Amino acid sequence: MIDYGMIGSIFTVLVFVFFIGIVAWAYSKKSKKGFDEAANLVFDDEPTQATKQNNGSHR
Amino acid sequence: MSEMSHTLPNYNYKVVRQFAVMTVIWGIVGMSVGVLLAAQLIWPELNFETPWLTYSRLRPLHTNAVIFAFGGCALFATSYYVVQRTCQTKLFSDKLATFTFWGWQAVILSAAISLPLGYTTSKEYAELEWPIDILIAVVWIAYLINFFGTLVIRRVSHIYVANWFFGAFIITVAVLHIGNSMAVPVSLTKSYSLYAGAVDAIMQWWYGHNAVGFFLTAGFLGMMYYFVPKQAERPVYSYRLSVIHFWALISLYIWAGPHHLHYTALPDWTQSLGMVMSIILFVPSWGGMINGIMTLSGAWHKLRTDPILRFLIVSLSFYGMSTFEGPMMSIKTVNALSHYTDWTIGHVHSGALGWVAMVSIGSIYHLIPVLFGQPKMFSTRLINVHFWLTTIGVVLYIVAMWISGIMQGLMWRAINDDGTLTYSFVESVEASMPYYFMRFLGGCFIVVGMLIMAYNVFKTVSAPKSEKNAQAEPQPA
Repeated sequence: MIDYGMIGSIFTVLVFVFFIGIVAWAYSKKSKKGFDEAANLVFDDEPTQATKQNNGSHR
Repeated sequence: MSEMSHTLPNYNYKVVRQFAVMTVIWGIVGMSVGVLLAAQLIWPELNFETPWLTYSRLRPLHTNAVIFAFGGCALFATSYYVVQRTCQTKLFSDKLATFTFWGWQAVILSAAISLPLGYTTSKEYAELEWPIDILIAVVWIAYLINFFGTLVIRRVSHIYVANWFFGAFIITVAVLHIGNSMAVPVSLTKSYSLYAGAVDAIMQWWYGHNAVGFFLTAGFLGMMYYFVPKQAERPVYSYRLSVIHFWALISLYIWAGPHHLHYTALPDWTQSLGMVMSIILFVPSWGGMINGIMTLSGAWHKLRTDPILRFLIVSLSFYGMSTFEGPMMSIKTVNALSHYTDWTIGHVHSGALGWVAMVSIGSIYHLIPVLFGQPKMFSTRLINVHFWLTTIGVVLYIVAMWISGIMQGLMWRAINDDGTLTYSFVESVEASMPYYFMRFLGGCFIVVGMLIMAYNVFKTVSAPKSEKNAQAEPQPA
């Protein structure tokens, strides 16, 4: 009953659901603040420069 | 968040400096061998009747030198730099860092000696014999421990997206290298692959294509996600998109390998699966390219004055072009025309020279002044000259190969009314000659550009230290 084809199908569906989960997580409002912080990590290592603004965008 | 100034850690810049300088040197070596090979295709006498200098032996030397020596050093330098700066901590282990530098140089030297002598496993991009393979594995695992160890001891809560790409690249290359290099040694210099027949073929192209996907793509995307925002002085266009980009790219790339084996003994369904996965791969590739280029939105004027930024952005344009071309060439009917022709060579070089080399060169130009305590490179004008030489060189190269490749494909499949072939093979070789010359010319442009870069780097490194940029010097934390 459980053959390679079945395992393959189940795996495909699982990966699909996992990916939809990532998209939902990435675009949820909750993640926005953390992502903005993370995006500015590139500039946080500079002794003289202040944190760059994200231009108030909602990307 | 901007108050880190007084607590900047004692970064290990030594290993980054070593790898950054070697990137330039190996770049010149690898690309010069490429130009010699291009010349040999026009003037075969250039092998000087010496077995060590024949095309068959120098070709793997060229590919290993540009991918693993030039590209590898660029990846080591940038990943060690980026992981320290974005985690705000020094490297996990300085000893391991030193080991990876000298170990990697030893791998490169062994390749440069053993390949011209004719020692080869005959697996493309995995030609090195088993003792060198073991050394690569040891160095790579040391690199892996050092990189992830640094992530563990980070002093910020987030792991910046560039590190995700570097991390995926390091893990996957370890798996690919160890998996594909499994062999039974019969002597110190000869081994036989553990795999046979069609299994060997699919293992090889699982390795080969993911060397492209993870060594030549994921690692350099890590570079892109740090150096493009840094040089443009604005955060990446969309961090959300970068998260999706990462997961989509790493979960899709691993399936695309079978497109190297269309119309072979590989089962038909595997070929079709590889084709479909390769076509879907277009989506995350362009998502990443758009994310990089759009980081400049609102600051496009910087391209006019900053040739380093121009290197980085044009590299993304080439990335977009070759990741459109690749999925198209993976379609079986297109592949029937393109495979085994110069079109493939053109495609590889639009990726390797246009994307990989240009993003590395841009990143190294950004790094050198920071690493050696200078406000900027010795000459911005020379960077601009280098930019134009490289751009013209790459365009000459790929246009020549497009014409030559499509022409070869059409000539090989041309059939007379009675079913005989219209052209003999040598007629197609003869027809390619002008384009081989055009390619040779493009290669010369690129090598001259690299020599100018070496001069510029030398002048920057040897200039008297400026007091302003003291952060490059290790300071007590």
